[in-house]
Amino acid sequence: MKFTLLINEGPYQHQASDTAYQFAKAALEKGHEIYRVFFYNDGVNNATRLAIPPQDDRNITENWAALAKEHELDMVVCIAAAQRRGMLDADEAGRQGKDANNIHPAFRISGLGQLVEGGIQADRLLTFGD
Amino acid sequence: MSENIKKFMFVNTKAPYGTVYALESLEVVLISAAFDQDVSLAFCDDGVFQITDNQKTDGSGMKNFSAAYKALGDYDINKIYIEKESLEERGLTLDNLMKLTYEDEDDDWAEKDSIHLVTRAELADLMDKQDVTISS
Repeated sequence: MKFTLLINEGPYQHQASDTAYQFAKAALEKGHEIYRVFFYNDGVNNATRLAIPPQDDRNITENWAALAKEHELDMVVCIAAAQRRGMLDADEAGRQGKDANNIHPAFRISGLGQLVEGGIQADRLLTFGD
Repeated sequence: MSENIKKFMFVNTKAPYGTVYALESLEVVLISAAFDQDVSLAFCDDGVFQITDNQKTDGSGMKNFSAAYKALGDYDINKIYIEKESLEERGLTLDNLMKLTYEDEDDDWAEKDSIHLVTRAELADLMDKQDVTISS
């Protein structure tokens, strides 16, 4: 089956991203396809490359990045939600005249249309959040 | 594309202010209109407060985005379901809600009500018929 995952909550504060990650891993191991992982609301904060969790804890962003590399996952961060919350990649920082960027290269920034299209293309869209 | 039309329902369960969910849900709804899908909205639990009339946010400093709901009809989004029990539990009636209408192109552009009052059981049936539900 082909899944699109929607993650609406930030890392560590909420377990949504962890649960989505575990689901994605299990689904891929069973031979299913993840069409897209879309990060929205505070979920965009999962894409920060600057987080430094304690060494005895999981690194949520790096976990996603590793899974994405292994399975060529399409991980999309909503641009409108990201800009509100100060999440920028290098291109966007340049365009907006900001002096820093913080989005991990495993993720890409795009519009909400990618969520709707993910819902159209997948067999199931699963939401992780409240 | 026509074979690829899916039924999308956006389920709104949270108050309009206090958290960002209502505002950011509406942003997805407006984008979805560009994809020619079969889109509907449901309001239940505290979500019914999202479309109450005469919202004023001056005192709280929050952005008042309630006018955007009135534009939904212009985006061909005209299936708006309000859960009856949620209204009643909060002491509200349809009179407390905004008038959300659309112009029916198949009926000489007659102005029609977009809002449909449904019971919890009816809403459950509607949800069951969707291809994609996105709730917040």
